[in-house]
Amino acid sequence: MAKAKVTFLDLGLTVSVPVGTRVIEVSEKVGAGLIYGCREGDCGTCLMKVEEGWNNLSEPSVVEAKVLKENLAGKHCRLACQAQVLGDISVRPA
Amino acid sequence: MKQGEYAAAQSAAVPLSGGVHWIGALDPTLRTFDIILKTANGTSYNSYLVRGSDGVAIIDTVKESFSEEFFTRLESVADYSEIRYIVLNHLEPDHTGALPELMRRAPQARLYISQRAQAMLKALLKHDQYDYTPVTTGDSVSLGDKTLRFLNTPYLHWPDTQCTFLEEESMLFSGDVFGCHFCDARLFNDRVGDFRFSFEYYYAHIMRPFREYVMKALALIEPLPLSAIAPSHGPILRERPEQYIAHYRRLATPALYSEIGLEKSLLIFYISSYGNTARMAEAIYQSASEIDGVRASLYDLEGGEVAPFVDLIEEADGILFGTPTINGDAVKPVWDLLSSLAVVHTRGKLAGAFGSYGWSGEAVRMVEERLRGLKMDVPVEGLRIKLIPTDEELNACRAYGAAIGRALTGEAENRIVEMAQLQTG
Repeated sequence: MAKAKVTFLDLGLTVSVPVGTRVIEVSEKVGAGLIYGCREGDCGTCLMKVEEGWNNLSEPSVVEAKVLKENLAGKHCRLACQAQVLGDISVRPA
Repeated sequence: MKQGEYAAAQSAAVPLSGGVHWIGALDPTLRTFDIILKTANGTSYNSYLVRGSDGVAIIDTVKESFSEEFFTRLESVADYSEIRYIVLNHLEPDHTGALPELMRRAPQARLYISQRAQAMLKALLKHDQYDYTPVTTGDSVSLGDKTLRFLNTPYLHWPDTQCTFLEEESMLFSGDVFGCHFCDARLFNDRVGDFRFSFEYYYAHIMRPFREYVMKALALIEPLPLSAIAPSHGPILRERPEQYIAHYRRLATPALYSEIGLEKSLLIFYISSYGNTARMAEAIYQSASEIDGVRASLYDLEGGEVAPFVDLIEEADGILFGTPTINGDAVKPVWDLLSSLAVVHTRGKLAGAFGSYGWSGEAVRMVEERLRGLKMDVPVEGLRIKLIPTDEELNACRAYGAAIGRALTGEAENRIVEMAQLQTG
């Protein structure tokens, strides 16, 4: 199974995960500061800043793009419950 | 003529100046606001009408059940057909309750709301037909000889909040900022009863969690020349308005200068029934204190009260909780403190839990979950020790304290783990 590395900069922790994993699935296990509400891409609580590997995440869905826009999310911000890991990334809570 | 001072006891609008009227409503019997706030003498829902040479603007409305009072006052000074703009400084229902009916009576009016208010407008009012213009700092709208300029002041106390400044009269319509729950028909701060307690209480419960945003808003507001601050609850501050701005800055600044300086402040709270969790706390405290750049403090929850500890936590960089497990749970003094942190900003602080237990030891995990729920980082797995700590276990406590200290100073080594090794649940 293809693997990718997810680094949580707030924890100083890198987790090797199967490609396709959603960031929230990892962050909730390691106790990263990425907290979440609905897990359905609606509430915007799990907003994260992607510091490295921006292109190594799945494209935002229409739902995610709408929530990002409504929350005036900055460049390189994504929802941890929606974004799937495709390659190495480094993230921190937005 | 004291009787004349009770202007809002009448059903007509009350002038603030030649072009500005108060058209709000008084709610003297309210005792509990929004579940979390007490008020000993009700509140007011302040709405304002600004008349310029090119029409009328309404700034905020009132709670729905007070609509009649609001419309009666509005009608005493303007026709609905004259209303060109409706400014919503805050969309909470106590200020937008009368909006749907106002829009029905003045369908030509255009709404001016903050950028962040857009998503809320639809969710709150269940109506997507309103014409609105999203505005931010620097934007303004003209009523001919009067100009309303907008200040983007988010999170005071919702994401959508903004302030509106009437340039020609130097009047700030501040929304909930500088407001309080205090109902007095004399309306103005130089006439009403003593509302100082209500003003501070409102800040402490509504604005305090957003202290950083209060500071940002003050930076926008302080340079303005001000004749009056007209908030959405409580007295209109026309006598020495600058005093209230200075007071907000004082309230948002720690009362006593912290001697900790650039070091990271780590607070270790514990409670112990047989001294075992206390021994763990002392070992953790000792080793964390040895890390350069960390200033640790140790507190027995049995010897303190919740409110001062909340004050300490607001300023701290890291917080640890030591709790025994009794009947499968952390103990009440720990939960009492952990359930009192909604009034301070906790997001991003470092946190952790430890404790001694007899046979099951659930408390540490439960406290860790709560700390994560408060949006704190829990970078080091909590430490649980069965009954009396051995020398070896006290060494584990020292290692835990050192790891917390290093995480706090950012010196933790980047660890690499496999997803499959992570705990579940």
